[in-house]
Amino acid sequence: MDNLIWGYVYPNEVEIQWSILIVLYPYITGLVAGAFIASSLYHVFGKQEIKPVARFALLTALSFLLVATMPLLTHLGHPERGIEIMFTPHLTSAMSGFGYIYSFYLIIVVLEIWLSFREDIVKKAHSSKGWKELMYSALALFSYDISEKALHEDEKLAKRLAIIGIPSAAFLHGYVGFIFGGIKANPWWSTPLMPLIFLMSAIVSGIALLILLYIASMKIRKHAIDHKCLHSLAHYLWVFLIFDVTLELLEIISMKYESLEEIDIINRLLSDKIAFTFYGVQLTMGIFIPFVLLLLVGMMKNRETLKMIMISISSVFVIIGVFAMRWNVVIGGQEISKSLSGTLTYVPVFFSQEGVLPAIIILVIPFIILRVITYILPPWKDMEEEVT
Amino acid sequence: MEVTRRKFTKIGCKVILGAAAVSAIIESVVTNGTAAENSPAGEYDWNEHFWGYVVDTRKCIGCGRCANACKLENDVPFDEPVYRTWVERYRTKRDGEVVIDSPNGSINGFPEDIPPEEVKKAFYVPKICNHCDNPPCVQVCPVGATFATKDGVVLVDYQYCIGCRYCIQGCPYGARYFNTEKGTADKCTWCYHRITKGLLPACVQACPTGARKFGDLKDPDSIVNKILDEERINVLKLDLGTKPKVYYIGLDREVR
Repeated sequence: MDNLIWGYVYPNEVEIQWSILIVLYPYITGLVAGAFIASSLYHVFGKQEIKPVARFALLTALSFLLVATMPLLTHLGHPERGIEIMFTPHLTSAMSGFGYIYSFYLIIVVLEIWLSFREDIVKKAHSSKGWKELMYSALALFSYDISEKALHEDEKLAKRLAIIGIPSAAFLHGYVGFIFGGIKANPWWSTPLMPLIFLMSAIVSGIALLILLYIASMKIRKHAIDHKCLHSLAHYLWVFLIFDVTLELLEIISMKYESLEEIDIINRLLSDKIAFTFYGVQLTMGIFIPFVLLLLVGMMKNRETLKMIMISISSVFVIIGVFAMRWNVVIGGQEISKSLSGTLTYVPVFFSQEGVLPAIIILVIPFIILRVITYILPPWKDMEEEVT
Repeated sequence: MEVTRRKFTKIGCKVILGAAAVSAIIESVVTNGTAAENSPAGEYDWNEHFWGYVVDTRKCIGCGRCANACKLENDVPFDEPVYRTWVERYRTKRDGEVVIDSPNGSINGFPEDIPPEEVKKAFYVPKICNHCDNPPCVQVCPVGATFATKDGVVLVDYQYCIGCRYCIQGCPYGARYFNTEKGTADKCTWCYHRITKGLLPACVQACPTGARKFGDLKDPDSIVNKILDEERINVLKLDLGTKPKVYYIGLDREVR
């Protein structure tokens, strides 16, 4: 154990408190926020080219949102008391808002999905029999009005909800950034930029995930890819990458330029502990390479297959890069001692309550949920009609 | 054996003097062992007190008896690297390198792992929860399970803590730890069970050199107030605005 420690760390710091599960938590909520904001590009800003994935993006957001509490509850010393965060929130704590922000956002996403799918649900209820009819009727809340006027009302309400949804998504994730950014005890976390950095990286990870899931779904369904939609998503990914990298570099540069008391330990963190995951994965792989690839995609003409491959590679890199970013924040911040005189090393365990195995399980569950929801509520209806 | 009058008187005097000395020592130990006068058991009023703590780093000899006494008194797991109080050793070598350590929180004392002739300057610094007046750990607790009492002590409600460990992240001093048995955060209580009965915290009581002092900031004559009135004192990480109530005498710039 001793060779994992360099210099002097406070005796109580030897054990890393927030493990890989807490890396997962901002990662998952980030994917949620990103996917939702991608769908809002259509629902709120009327970007028609996003329409093919708009409903799918909502289902993706819901699938990940449903597991967002899992890593937290698994991590708690007393999971059975977790609900107290709702009953007796201590309002000076950034964390105390979690229950309410999460629930509010969940309601918005569910309502948004219901409004977007209501017409389909009602039609399904009419066309199916037995338990399926019952299920879809229940999903339709036994209200079958799908007249032009009713659908128009739905759309108006959906737009209003999405307008509320954007700040909530931004808040849900920006606030996760504040959980870290508001900790003055930790010089690697304490920065007012943190919520914005979290938000931008959330949006890029959500869009990248959506791109990959869209391409995968079309391949599985043997359906042609809407390249206009794909390129539009890639364009937004590129734009948000710029915001993301600007903020991330701004933080590091100002830290290094101001060179406060903690700079020695920050430099050691960056050059030793997280050098590979920060400069290598987070910045080069997760931002720089996708940035260049997407720039080329934007400049190239025709060659749709090549462009699709480049967009896919960029998206995979972005998703890995954002995971590295969460890792570098959560784990990196705990690998420096608050004594500012030493570092320690987090060694992930595979089989344990807070190990890699539960983390993998928690990351797989949303894809299963998504498969089930897309079975019940197929999001691709519009496109099929267009094709046939 | 024949006992002359002279011998008898001599022995008698010795016995009387010895008894007097022993009783005086016991008396002084007991008096030094009280945190405040006029606080008989059962009638403790937390509105009447506001506790403070002084560490005189110049007096600490790094024996680790405080850290030991604390673990014994408060059932802090001995076989885990968790501490409510500990002692740090700072050594500046002749080449200018500063070596800081606190092996097992100083419980077993300090090994002489650097030849004394290579050490230019050395000193010990006892550490303990600062029971901040503006405690960041209380601020970040999402359910209010950790709180500051009216007499200025930061405590954890073990029946309420959900074990999220945000407070451990929020403490700039590394004073908190996760108690795996309780499944909750845990920390120094300034031996609340003792001070409310008029006794001193175990670490203060155990210190053989008087490097640790505890007293009532509301009592102008308390030992802590006397020191605050006379000495030049400092606190740890002043710039973080936590307003610590552990005051240090002789704090070196290397200490964080």
